[in-house]
Amino acid sequence: MIEFSFAIILENLLLATRWTILLSLIAFVSGGLVGLLVLFGRVSKHEVLRLLTAGYIEFFQGTPLLMQLFLLFFGIALFGVEVSPWVAAWLALTFWTSAFLSEIWRGCVESVPRGQWEASGTLAMTYMEQMRYVILPQAMRIAVAPTVGFSVQVIKGTALASIIGFVELTKAGTMLNNATFRPFLVYSLVALIYFCLCFPLSWCSKRLEARLNVAR
Amino acid sequence: MVYHMSFGDLLPYWDVLARGLLYTIVLTLVSTVAGLMVGTAGAWARSFGPKWAAYAVGAYVELIRNTPFIVQLFFVFFGLPAIGVKMTESEAAFLAMVINLGAYSTEIIRAGIQAVPKGHLEAAASLAMSRLETFRYVVLKQAFMKVYPALSSQIVIVMLGSAVVSQISAEDLTYAANFVQSRNFRAFEVYLVAALLYLLLAIAMRAILRGIGRALFPKA
Amino acid sequence: MSLVDIQDVRKNFGPLEVLKGVSIEIGRGDVAAIIGRSGSGKSTLLRCINGLEEFQAGAITVDGMAVGKTDLRTLRRHVGMVFQQFNLFPHLTAGQNVMLAPTVVAKMQKGEARDTAAGLLEKVGLAGKFDAYPSQLSGGQQQRVAIARALAMQPTVLLCDEITSALDPELVNEVLRVVEQLASEGMTLILVTHEMRFARDVGTKLIFMHQGRVHEEGAPKTLFANPQTPELAQFVTGAH
Repeated sequence: MIEFSFAIILENLLLATRWTILLSLIAFVSGGLVGLLVLFGRVSKHEVLRLLTAGYIEFFQGTPLLMQLFLLFFGIALFGVEVSPWVAAWLALTFWTSAFLSEIWRGCVESVPRGQWEASGTLAMTYMEQMRYVILPQAMRIAVAPTVGFSVQVIKGTALASIIGFVELTKAGTMLNNATFRPFLVYSLVALIYFCLCFPLSWCSKRLEARLNVAR
Repeated sequence: MVYHMSFGDLLPYWDVLARGLLYTIVLTLVSTVAGLMVGTAGAWARSFGPKWAAYAVGAYVELIRNTPFIVQLFFVFFGLPAIGVKMTESEAAFLAMVINLGAYSTEIIRAGIQAVPKGHLEAAASLAMSRLETFRYVVLKQAFMKVYPALSSQIVIVMLGSAVVSQISAEDLTYAANFVQSRNFRAFEVYLVAALLYLLLAIAMRAILRGIGRALFPKA
Repeated sequence: MSLVDIQDVRKNFGPLEVLKGVSIEIGRGDVAAIIGRSGSGKSTLLRCINGLEEFQAGAITVDGMAVGKTDLRTLRRHVGMVFQQFNLFPHLTAGQNVMLAPTVVAKMQKGEARDTAAGLLEKVGLAGKFDAYPSQLSGGQQQRVAIARALAMQPTVLLCDEITSALDPELVNEVLRVVEQLASEGMTLILVTHEMRFARDVGTKLIFMHQGRVHEEGAPKTLFANPQTPELAQFVTGAH
């Protein structure tokens, strides 16, 4: 039997952390892009589009991320396509992230005072011009802090990919625990690594929010 | 290949799913009550407690908010027994949920406390109320009223997060779904039904919480 | 022919009728002051003129364009508006606020728009404030930027919705002086205002609204000196 030293455990966890970071980054970016589309559907003038996006958001915010993972993992397989856990996790996290980010951003768009719409409207701007030059620049400033804050949720969300067999930090922890029978140490380290990834982002988000509140 | 969905294969297992759903509801209910008590105590310590307690609670809150629930759960279920604290799956699931919601609600309630105008504290102090009395009678209800919507949505989030307790074999709705699909090999259908049950539960919880809010804070 | 022609306009918010058949004619170069108690419908009427509010019956034409039938964008290029709460764009400097519509809507070159904006800011007495953000300006200064912003589109008529009501008393005059200068240059102005002295001295037409109708109208000096209805008499004495 191989002797697992503290250093080997830590090394293996850190190697797996790369996958956590990669999955988080990719899911956050693609989720943001899809979220932007959902946002435009959600604030669109077409009622059908508004209802569809509202349903989309309701589903992905109202069901467990774990269920979404299972549904994608087993659902895509129904079409005879072999899905890797990596792809299923990426897709599920993308949808899930987009639902939350689009709602966060909608809140930001709606928090821009009505007078801004009226003033830009009386200057003969079109809807798109109002959005582009007046509303979005202001909404984006408000959106930075909660968006950074949500990136923490994405990182934590990637931990569920372990359940469908994607080897990232949490899965590596489980495997190392099975090999070493030192759960207290292993899961403490796993938690610590997540903390090191998430805490700086949480802190940033809090600072940004505080700065925005002072600026107002 | 064309796949034909068949929900009929689920029918023989409806009682399994129902029991899982009930487990999820009860688990959510008890851990919400306990979690809010932890959160209230934590918020008090953060705002009015001695310095060391404020720091300790702050560390607890940040630690929980910046790690995944599943890792917290594994730590409780696999890690704690290693240092002599043994418990059943259900106890571990309950404990992890309380720890988790406790941290989030501490932060939420604390924000509500901070929003209480300073003048109210001074008014209470000039009425010779002690700090604990001030907290109990002046601060707490106002704070809860302000953050009730945030607390409600956090409770729903925690319920949805509870799907993970299936991973330590606590017999919740997800566990039931796993069991059924291992018997009837209709994974997609089972998980779709389970997901919709979660969705209904989330919608129902939001409605109930709104009702409770209206009863508790009629003027808000 | 009148420049702004309002014929029998009716408007309701749900069951509440706020405009009960309003008819007003305003000629080119007129300075029309609309006065009346809060809730008399005067702001709503003003907002109907540039399509911020829809009305249910009647007709409004501005320079031959029928409101509601003309494309809103075309209409608004000719109707400027200044708001009670300024509504400056907080993420843009004073100069950029003024430049925005000319560059985006009128497709003016940046350099030209910049010169125009600088000229307009100078005109409203803010020559040195081109690069200041709204948050760095006083209320009176912000409102003057808002006037410059509206003027940048070279409107045919300028609507002013209680533009001094949100200002501290000592800042009111600097804004009114700018409006007075515009009036003397022949700009057509429609003002909803509480400044009675200004309405009397600068206005060419006074409209007193009461309970959703035009209760009295005429030359300001005559009307103030000799109100024909008890409501206006009471309003005038009460206002002083």
